Amino acid sequence: MSSWVKKGLKTGIVTTSYPKEDEKTLGITPGFPKSTDCDEVDNEALISLCPMDALYYKNHKVMIESKDCVHCYRCLRNVEKPISWDDGFKWSVLQKKQTGFSKSFSRSIHILVVDAGDCGACLNEVKLLNNPFYNMHRLGFFVTPSPRKADVLLVVGPVSEHLKTALLKAYNAMPTPKKVMAVGACSLSGGVFKESFVVNQGVEKILPVDIQIPGCPPPPLAILEGLLQLVKEKDNG
Amino acid sequence: MLIRKITAEIKTLFSFETEPVIDTASNTLKIYCSHKQTPLVCDWLFNEKEYHFAGLIVEENALLELYYLFVGEGEKGFVNVITADELNTQNFESVSLRVHAVDWYEREAEDLYGVHFKNHPRLGDFILHDDVWQEGINPMRKSFDKDKTLFNRKPRQYYRPRKIVEEEGSFIMPIGPIFSAEAESVHLQLETIGEEIIRAFPRLFYKYRGIEKIAEGKSIENVLLLSERTAGTTAFSHALGFCLAVEKLSNETVPKKAQVLRVFFAEIERIRNHIGTIEAICNSTGLVVAASQVGILEEEMLRLSCILSRHRYFFGLCVVGGLSYECDKSTYKDSVEKIKNIVKELGEIEEFLINTSSFLDRLEEVGVISAAQAKTHDLVGPMARGSGYLNDLRKFQPYLKYDKLKFDISNETEGDGYARLRVLFTEIRESAKILEQVILLMPEGEIFIKMDIKPGTALVGIEAPRGASWHRVKIGENKKLLSYRMLMPSFRNWHGFHVAMEKYAFQDLPIILATLGLSVAENDK
Repeated sequence: MSSWVKKGLKTGIVTTSYPKEDEKTLGITPGFPKSTDCDEVDNEALISLCPMDALYYKNHKVMIESKDCVHCYRCLRNVEKPISWDDGFKWSVLQKKQTGFSKSFSRSIHILVVDAGDCGACLNEVKLLNNPFYNMHRLGFFVTPSPRKADVLLVVGPVSEHLKTALLKAYNAMPTPKKVMAVGACSLSGGVFKESFVVNQGVEKILPVDIQIPGCPPPPLAILEGLLQLVKEKDNG
Repeated sequence: MLIRKITAEIKTLFSFETEPVIDTASNTLKIYCSHKQTPLVCDWLFNEKEYHFAGLIVEENALLELYYLFVGEGEKGFVNVITADELNTQNFESVSLRVHAVDWYEREAEDLYGVHFKNHPRLGDFILHDDVWQEGINPMRKSFDKDKTLFNRKPRQYYRPRKIVEEEGSFIMPIGPIFSAEAESVHLQLETIGEEIIRAFPRLFYKYRGIEKIAEGKSIENVLLLSERTAGTTAFSHALGFCLAVEKLSNETVPKKAQVLRVFFAEIERIRNHIGTIEAICNSTGLVVAASQVGILEEEMLRLSCILSRHRYFFGLCVVGGLSYECDKSTYKDSVEKIKNIVKELGEIEEFLINTSSFLDRLEEVGVISAAQAKTHDLVGPMARGSGYLNDLRKFQPYLKYDKLKFDISNETEGDGYARLRVLFTEIRESAKILEQVILLMPEGEIFIKMDIKPGTALVGIEAPRGASWHRVKIGENKKLLSYRMLMPSFRNWHGFHVAMEKYAFQDLPIILATLGLSVAENDK
């Protein structure tokens, strides 16, 4: 057994210094298209390329409806004048201001992860939050399998009809105050499955959502950033 | 030719009303059977001639046609057993009593297409849950309007688990659909008297998204988005399967460089997926240090994937006609070096693992699937190869450049959790070997060609990380999909889940589940 200890010591610390410092390592994020001035791009051609209708024209700019983007890269690749690309990961969108968690929740937020029809990619990124690289324990976030202990409901997937009852039961079993976090394009708008007859167009149709994390899938740091936003809200309110 | 011999042989055994047809271009034999003959012919092909079952396809034309697809090694080619009946009233004879692997496919056909089978042992509540939908909804039929939302439903019955064990004190232990920390949604019913699981029954399709139905009438590019996002962790393989099927309907061929790179990315995905499974196994046994160590390697693979394709899961990389993104050659070379290092690290961890007795105790002789059971369920992928049942499509029916590459299929015979773990480690090493060869094969040139797709039907099988997966596309005059069928490896392997589970104790459940490496998303479509 001592070999494991040695191995662990040899590996050292790989955890990111985020949020103290910004993380810039290659490969941590797929990036996101960002709104571009129409002088730089052919707006009509670009908008017609998007299969999700996430691009639109406003004030002489091509804008992005971030909750619809699924990273198909069609506005970036094989295009003469591609859209500009943001290589960050801070994409979370806080919904209307609400009363946050009180002081007693400080560095002790328990998260219930519900898979509501996810393809596995978002779920894998959520799983990686416990990976040594990200290690969300150090920031006081814990995943719990029980709704009774949970403060945050993290939903991935477009909410299939079959899982609607289970999702509602899990939400109702959670004690207040509780927050709902929708992770990934599917849980925000239904994503590529939005037309399906067995899928609800996102969590919002079922539950009040407090924070949205766009991306298909959002990388671990984007989810972590969202969680930190949720907690930060406490200090303000 | 072997397929002619088989045709001659089958003609002496059965007398067909319509002559069997051989399509030499695709090495396919089509046998048109009466309802009575179908189970017998399938039985003969599967059990006597050792063909593998690839899947069941339902076609709705003037008649309702069932295609039982079989595939053999190399020269043996493909056999389609076809039977047809009226659209509204059918008297199909069930094949599943003779070929057990067909069982779930027939249940699926009954649920989604409303096909009636005689003598099927168990139909009903399967894909569309009885407590959510009323009877008589058949979403895959043409008469079903996919744009109509079905939220005004009148389910007729409540769902009740079926109890089979009649021993005193027996009960059903329900698990899920929401359970564990980051588990996929699936409901498991474990019937027990105390500690030992006597009967295990998975109730799946909580995540049913109706992908095959919404694909109908969509353009090729948009269906590609769907096939990629069916199972996110094996996205590239499924996108590749779809693209290969569509490209079959074109006269042009994909540039050589793109073909080589496709092998390259498919193998990287295999390595990353297997590392993820190994991490889950370490986690399930509570070996946290090992899980962290393997987790570091998984994240490194994801970052590498992101550098090579801009996306951590290769979304948007594979397109019809080639690939959409290219790095310079030195990046590919560097990445092979990095992967070699990762595989070396993994070898060290493997060495540690097989010397950790507390870990091995949980895996050895647990979740045993015998070779015979693997055959009756016709399992695929690492789950089958752990039981000595070999059906790797990269060797069986090579596609892309796999016939030019040297690699071995791992073969373990014990069929327990430890054997499956060894299969994963071996496959990672073999994939790394492939990567080294691929980088030498890489020619200069384009990676994309604009293709003209003709109307028609095409079927392609590829070896995804979790096993053989088949993609069948039917494209109409306006270049829109008329139908798209995905025959997924996890669908096959969930069928064999109960075999691995029964006779073991409750505490073995998470470990067995991890060693099987099943994906619910891939199954639920």
